[in-house]
Amino acid sequence: MNSRYEVVIGLEVHVQLTTKTKIFCGCSKEFGQFPNSQTCPVCLGLPGALPVLSRQVVDDAIRAGLATNCQISPHSIFARKNYFYPDLPKGYQISQFELPICEHGWLDIETQESGKKRLGITRIHMEEDAGKLLHNDGGNSSVDLNRACTPLLEVVSEPDMRSSDEAIAYLKQLHQIVVYLGICDGNLDEGSFRCDANVSIRPWGQEELGTRAELKNLNSFRFIKQAIEYEVERQIDVIDAGEKVVQETRLFDPDAGVSRSMRGKEEAHDYRYFPDPDLLPLQVSDQWVEEVRQQLPEMPTAKRQRYQGEFGLPEYDAGVISAERPLTEYFEALVKIYDQPKICANWVMGDILGALKDKNLSIAQCPITPELLGGILQRIGDNTISGKIAKTVFEDVWKSGKTADQVIEEKGLKQVTDSGAIESIVDEIIAANPDQVAEYRGGKDKLMGFFVGQVMKASKGKANPGMANQLLKKKLAE
Amino acid sequence: MTFQKLTIQEMRQKLISGQLTSVELTQGCLDRIKATDGQLNAFITVCEEEALAAAAEADQQLAAGNAALLTGIPVAVKDIFNTLDVRTTCASKILDNYVSPYDATTITKLRDQGAIIVGKLNMDEFAMGSSGENSAAGAVRNPWDTERVPGGSSSGSAAAVAAGQVVATLGTDTGGSVRQPASHCGVVGLKPTYGRVSRYGVVAFASSLDQVGPVAGNVEDCALMLGAVAGYDPADSTSVDCPVPDYLENLKAGVSGKKIGLPKEYFIDGLDPDIKKGIDAAIETYRQLGAEIVEVSLPHTDYSVACYYLIAMAEASSNLARYDGVRFGARQDSGDGLNGMYQQTRSAGFGDEVKRRIMLGTYALSSGYYDAYYLKAQKVRTLIRQDFQHVFEQVDMLLTPVAPTPAFKIGEMVNDPLQMYLSDIFTIPTNLAGTCAMSLPCGFSEDGLPVGLQLIGKPFAEAEMLQAAYAFEQATDWHKRAPEL
Repeated sequence: MNSRYEVVIGLEVHVQLTTKTKIFCGCSKEFGQFPNSQTCPVCLGLPGALPVLSRQVVDDAIRAGLATNCQISPHSIFARKNYFYPDLPKGYQISQFELPICEHGWLDIETQESGKKRLGITRIHMEEDAGKLLHNDGGNSSVDLNRACTPLLEVVSEPDMRSSDEAIAYLKQLHQIVVYLGICDGNLDEGSFRCDANVSIRPWGQEELGTRAELKNLNSFRFIKQAIEYEVERQIDVIDAGEKVVQETRLFDPDAGVSRSMRGKEEAHDYRYFPDPDLLPLQVSDQWVEEVRQQLPEMPTAKRQRYQGEFGLPEYDAGVISAERPLTEYFEALVKIYDQPKICANWVMGDILGALKDKNLSIAQCPITPELLGGILQRIGDNTISGKIAKTVFEDVWKSGKTADQVIEEKGLKQVTDSGAIESIVDEIIAANPDQVAEYRGGKDKLMGFFVGQVMKASKGKANPGMANQLLKKKLAE
Repeated sequence: MTFQKLTIQEMRQKLISGQLTSVELTQGCLDRIKATDGQLNAFITVCEEEALAAAAEADQQLAAGNAALLTGIPVAVKDIFNTLDVRTTCASKILDNYVSPYDATTITKLRDQGAIIVGKLNMDEFAMGSSGENSAAGAVRNPWDTERVPGGSSSGSAAAVAAGQVVATLGTDTGGSVRQPASHCGVVGLKPTYGRVSRYGVVAFASSLDQVGPVAGNVEDCALMLGAVAGYDPADSTSVDCPVPDYLENLKAGVSGKKIGLPKEYFIDGLDPDIKKGIDAAIETYRQLGAEIVEVSLPHTDYSVACYYLIAMAEASSNLARYDGVRFGARQDSGDGLNGMYQQTRSAGFGDEVKRRIMLGTYALSSGYYDAYYLKAQKVRTLIRQDFQHVFEQVDMLLTPVAPTPAFKIGEMVNDPLQMYLSDIFTIPTNLAGTCAMSLPCGFSEDGLPVGLQLIGKPFAEAEMLQAAYAFEQATDWHKRAPEL
């Protein structure tokens, strides 16, 4: 925190929706296809073509609005944002300007520095994306309109954030929400979740906002944090040098760790917004909103609270598991099979996440299904295998995809609980280690660990450790 | 062989009975175009080969007993309708040789009904004009007097029907562009209620005002054409999902007992005496047919021209942004970078009137002017729409002139765009209100030029309006006259 200046940050996030089709036509929007192969007269902006709004996009916008505590407008309007650029086929982008579909929302965040805080969401509106320019070696540019007309939600926050940490906390939570809702794949690299940051500073106590700079090209949470912090320092330097911060758009260069002014954009663009006469005002009934509300999944915060309450998980465990929807699905399926939530949480957070991280896999790619893991846990629970043997079983199940029972059977890993069998091993160990026996009997209790270890080793890990312990104590005391 | 005296229904009967083939009819039509279009310039593109091939196919359908509404009937469409494989220029240099990869919904409907499309008709560039002079393909001439304009912007659509080149055509009407040329050429033209006919595939001029409309030699053919193209289209969000009645079914219902309103603001002093004479006679005819004639008021009429041109130009400035030389059309690029390419392409590609409207529209939408111009115009539009709602509580339809004067001379108003804009004064308000209206012949001027009368119907009451038009047509013989060419 700077002692002289207060930092003010507002964020604009573009969320690319995972709908099958584009927002105003039936074209597929699959990523990475041959240029201009996923186009039609509508998304090419050909003369005479007209847009028709996708209902799915409206559903997704309502979902996002409800999940961020917005009011859903019964009446919203699509507007044309007019400007010329080769990736914009109609010469205007269909967006929402006055009367967006969602307004007045908020998210609660928590940071180490400022604790719990509520951040305002000004609006969420629907719009179409532009195409892409491909710059060729010869200095020519080509236009790929596969991306043109793909649906976006723009989520605009209030300028409520006071540090880069708060901005990141907000973004991570928003990211989690849209991914949880299943409306966005959340991929920052491919531009499915894009953020522009408006940053300004003002002397502490000043009501009026300082002149802001808009930061673009922020395609990872780390870069966003870097870019904001760089910008704050830059603005302090500008003001300390007796100069004024100019309103401008700045492009962040992650390699150099600096941002550069985008020349020519300093004059505010006049986009000549006006309501699009090709699209009727959108009427969203209460019933429509209710239908969408009924289908909303349980959101992360609610899940976290339920895991702590219903399952008795510690706050940390509940937070880790509720972070991603697929992980919660895995965990909840596991608990259904093996009703010991804390043990399930330990295995999911430790063994599963650890192994996934080693192999660089996502939970969806995990070779051990909740059913398979549940099978292992059941065998620990009924003392068929020890916790230690379970780790071996886990590895085998991971590699082979076989069930725990198959692995235990094939490898003969079943725990030895026959007291006669263990007793004979104990006798052998006592007979083979007279020195240690003497020391133990002389009062060196610590040696119990040694004896147990020897028994386990002799039984290839299969002896029930509790029984081994008991028998050793009994025999050594004789 | 010439067939210009036949109506669609007569052609249809001859085709079905085998007295005539579609190939003969289409060839006759092409011959007539060849013989007369040198004088009129009504066509931009004549698609002889495609038309004759389609006619041969239609003859097979007819022989097999599969006659749809328009099977084998040659028609033509304004060059603003996108047609697969035949160029669509909008009478603009910027779309010279532009070939659309798809058919407009209305074209698909015409084809589905078996119509033979013989060509694309000349017009004011991008439908901007009231005279047919603003065309990259050259001015269209009035068949009644080739020194005069045919009206616009659906100039070729009206001239071709008047000259007997084709029996019926499609045009578009944004501020009178079907009705005014129909009036100047002595034919019947109809602007349906906004949303009645799909706009998909029709090159947009002013999206909230544009509507496709038929032009024909008589009311029955006009009704038939409307029925062929009307209806909800899921590809046009502004088209309205309400059933299309059979417009021919009760065409002869008459006007007895109907209340026809005369909006006093349309009967101003200084109305051209030829127009006044025609309209007064028409009013008398309707009285004799049993209609009740009452005076009504549309108080905001005075503001309609200003309101219309603000809205139409604002929408046009945005609609025409896509003609940037990037993906299609005639690109001009001397290597001055992207902005240079845009400027050169659009400077060379658009005509003066189009440029004027883009500039005015851009201005009206600009930050700082938006509230004073565009937003104010939208408010006035609401008042104008309310004017119509109020009078339609009192009367069944309205009767007015179509244009303040008969067809003027070519070149007469080219240097006076404002005067040209005012020539749409009686047709513009219905586009703003979104209701339906039509133009039909009601007399001739001293110079032998056609005079038209306008009927304005309630929203989606095209059938009732056509009945009134038909009754008038039966009581008069203006529609039977044809120009000598």
